[in-house]
Amino acid sequence: MAGLATAFGSGAMTNSINQLLQTNVILLVGANTTEAHPVTGYRIKQAVKDGSRLIVVDPRKIELVRYADLWLRIRPGTNVALLNGLAHVIMRDDLWDKQFVAERSEGFEEWRQGLEQYTPEYVANICGIKPELIEEAAHLYAQAEKATTVYAMGITQHTSGTNNVFAIANLAMVTGQVGREGAGVAPLRGQNNVQGSCDMGALPNYYPSYRFVDDSAARQDLEKAWGVSPEAGAPGQPNGQGPAGLPVEPGLTVTEMMKAADRGEIKAMYIMGENPVLSDPDANHVIEALKKLDFLVVQDIFLTETAELADVVLPAASFAEKEGTFTNTERRIQRVRKALEPPGEAKPDWLILVELANHLGRPWHYPRGPEEIMEEIARVTPLYGGISYARLEETGIQWPCPTPDHPGTPWLHAEKFTRGKGRFHRVEHLPPAEEPDREYPLLLTTGRMLYHFHTGTMSRRSKRLEAIHDHELAMLNPDDASHYGICDGDTVQVESRRGKVKTKVQVTDHVPPGVLFMTFHFKETATNLLTNAAVDPICKIPELKACAVRVSKV
Amino acid sequence: MERITVTINGNQYQALKGSTILKAAEANNIHIPTMCYEEGLSIPGCCRMCVVEVKGARKLLAACTTPVTEGMEIQTESDRVVEARKDILRLYLASHDLRCLTCERNGDCRLQDYCYRYKVEDTPYRGEQKKYPVDISNPFFFRDYSKCIMCGKCVRVCAEINGAYVYDFMEKGFDSKVTSAFDDPNQETACTFCGMCVQVCPVAALVEKSVMWAGRPWEMQKVKTTCPYCGVGCQLKLKVKDGRIIGVAKDKSGSNLGHLCVKGQFGWEYVHSPDRLTRPLLRKNGKLEPVSWEDAYNHIARRLSSIRDQYGGQALAGLSSAKCTNEENYLFQKFMRTLIHTNNVDHCARL
Ligand code: SF4
Ligand code: SF4
Ligand code: SF4
Repeated sequence: MAGLATAFGSGAMTNSINQLLQTNVILLVGANTTEAHPVTGYRIKQAVKDGSRLIVVDPRKIELVRYADLWLRIRPGTNVALLNGLAHVIMRDDLWDKQFVAERSEGFEEWRQGLEQYTPEYVANICGIKPELIEEAAHLYAQAEKATTVYAMGITQHTSGTNNVFAIANLAMVTGQVGREGAGVAPLRGQNNVQGSCDMGALPNYYPSYRFVDDSAARQDLEKAWGVSPEAGAPGQPNGQGPAGLPVEPGLTVTEMMKAADRGEIKAMYIMGENPVLSDPDANHVIEALKKLDFLVVQDIFLTETAELADVVLPAASFAEKEGTFTNTERRIQRVRKALEPPGEAKPDWLILVELANHLGRPWHYPRGPEEIMEEIARVTPLYGGISYARLEETGIQWPCPTPDHPGTPWLHAEKFTRGKGRFHRVEHLPPAEEPDREYPLLLTTGRMLYHFHTGTMSRRSKRLEAIHDHELAMLNPDDASHYGICDGDTVQVESRRGKVKTKVQVTDHVPPGVLFMTFHFKETATNLLTNAAVDPICKIPELKACAVRVSKV
Repeated sequence: MERITVTINGNQYQALKGSTILKAAEANNIHIPTMCYEEGLSIPGCCRMCVVEVKGARKLLAACTTPVTEGMEIQTESDRVVEARKDILRLYLASHDLRCLTCERNGDCRLQDYCYRYKVEDTPYRGEQKKYPVDISNPFFFRDYSKCIMCGKCVRVCAEINGAYVYDFMEKGFDSKVTSAFDDPNQETACTFCGMCVQVCPVAALVEKSVMWAGRPWEMQKVKTTCPYCGVGCQLKLKVKDGRIIGVAKDKSGSNLGHLCVKGQFGWEYVHSPDRLTRPLLRKNGKLEPVSWEDAYNHIARRLSSIRDQYGGQALAGLSSAKCTNEENYLFQKFMRTLIHTNNVDHCARL
């Protein structure tokens, strides 16, 4: 997210999902759409059937490879080199959009100099593909009337994740493939409301609407809106005499929180609806860190692996048992409606928060429930300024929607970028933080599969989904399989420097030689025991996509 | 868009140039019956249910494929049209398995609806009944081809939207049927169990297993909401009866246009899992034990405020959730920032 936000001024998908149907060329980088975002996958297939061209950049032979004009099977972790290589060809062959670059961007010259060494031959060598493929892909993308780049976790979950996104943004700007209907950059969000969580400021450095916590104007606005006394000694301030107003220091990210907890600097945590024991990298470390806390509250619909470690567990309502809104990957704010009562004494998360705030002495009061909370959100969140439940009744609205008569925004950056001019960023290819070696010769990459979701908390308790697929099935290339004497269906032990797990194996050319693929949906095979908590230095996404492992038959 | 004037059933209407008779009629609230037509799919014009009479045309024309022209005079319910539709319905009935009493689509079936609308009670063509074994082998839906009317919508939605190409028209004559290659069960095909074929089937040939014996269509409430799984945010309708979800119906108002994947269509059962937490739990002597909300709140308030007051807000941290609503995320960060006095708030978006 940090990448696009820095380059364009907004980290969100620039266009709408259905505009993929109007795109002439789709560049799909590190996104296994038909498994992870299936309905968007349908749109890509529909577009191809209607004549759009598709370029797939992926080490894995994903389903959409069958629909692709070009498949660039690059080595895992070499996206930046490839994207720079595409830009190099576009400059070399004079296919760039000079007017767009001159009028709408900055940082171009410096960026351009950094491309020099990324010749097709140089890049082909790093990525393990033919140089002609790079040239063909560059021409196709640059010469398209409308092109869209689609990417997902395959891009962001590398230590170089932010650089990957910068490289994608650079490519869109230099060719003018952004800011028009059907031309743009599409990061696909994993969970249903990732976009909304970010918009709402569930982030250590942002208030709602991406206003920086260290921007004093934003802070003053919110102190007023939230009734936080700028005087020292008000409730919520340590010892009744701590710092006044809202906290100034940016906070810690998930990964940093776990490290701080391990060092004893974080004493208490409140976790709502997340299961970091399974979802975070280096699970052993997370469990140890959480155990060191003086106090842990977990609020969820199930007794998750994280909840089992808690001092207090609060029962929450599921999506079907409450009112509210989710914001999807194309920035569309849509209603969630109550269809049932929660089981037993469970309560919706919003109500628990209100009641807990009341017990801590704050008179939070939303008698009309989520609809009234949305009214407050609209007042303090410029992107959502025109949103109300009445307007969302029929269909959702795409932000920015600043006023009640604003129709919403199907594509961003039309006249100018959110930040004014788009910014080029010079980025260099860096090898992954941990590369295979003699001891751990295989590269593990992780991802999702169609029938399950995230840590499986929901999907695995849906018995029909479980009936179709109920265990991890790691993917190993036939060459490696014969080298290690492993057959299709064998159970193996997978070991990294951090831990080991057991899994069944499928032998398939879906993965290239040297690469092992696993999901993290199955707690019996807790893949994140293996992965690496090394994080991208800018947006702090852990390197889940690449770590070194070895396999042995058990 | 250019507009033209057409006459439908004696009244003049505006229509978009280039639109079909079917669309022009629908836009003016005139309902023409269809079996094989589905918005968003290709139009084979094969069921003939939508035929209309157009002045000057010798034959009846299919409304779904015929474009409107300036001054066109259309009759959608003339005697000739109604007789043609009755005949089509009688042909459907000839081989249809008419056990409507216990049919899951009773009351929500196009064949029933149109027979009622055109007063077709029986068929002079009654011949051999189709009797195929019902395929109940996959966990999500059953296939009962004795009820199939061969509209081909399942074939098209699977090919044109999903891209799995599971079904096709097989065999010839009386034995002709719409099915998978070699009648294979779906789990042995490229099927991804998106359920879109079930959603477009106008009769009870393809039906969600979860609604079997769970309630009549008119007893269900349909609640429109957003899929709780991935970031595409598909719109759907939960079918609810007696406080329980029994299935999912399509909703076409969102950008998913009524299309879903297996998780949105069939992944809701966790809501009724026996593992759901139903009471607050507090750790006593190392074990989590049920307590009242009041005790849980008091305990949390005491512990959070004492840690905050002793070490400062920086010693506390909160994880909000990409599974929770905007309203909840908003309140959560407001809680951490204003009550705990820390910006240590994040969620697992990065993951
Ligand atoms: S469930 Fe989906 S993929 Fe399977 S046959 Fe039906 S439409 Fe095709
Ligand atoms: S199974 Fe249903 S949708 Fe498919 S052809 Fe038969 S009636 Fe039509
Ligand atoms: S139905 Fe499938 S594609 Fe649509 S939001 Fe749900 S999980 Fe995502």
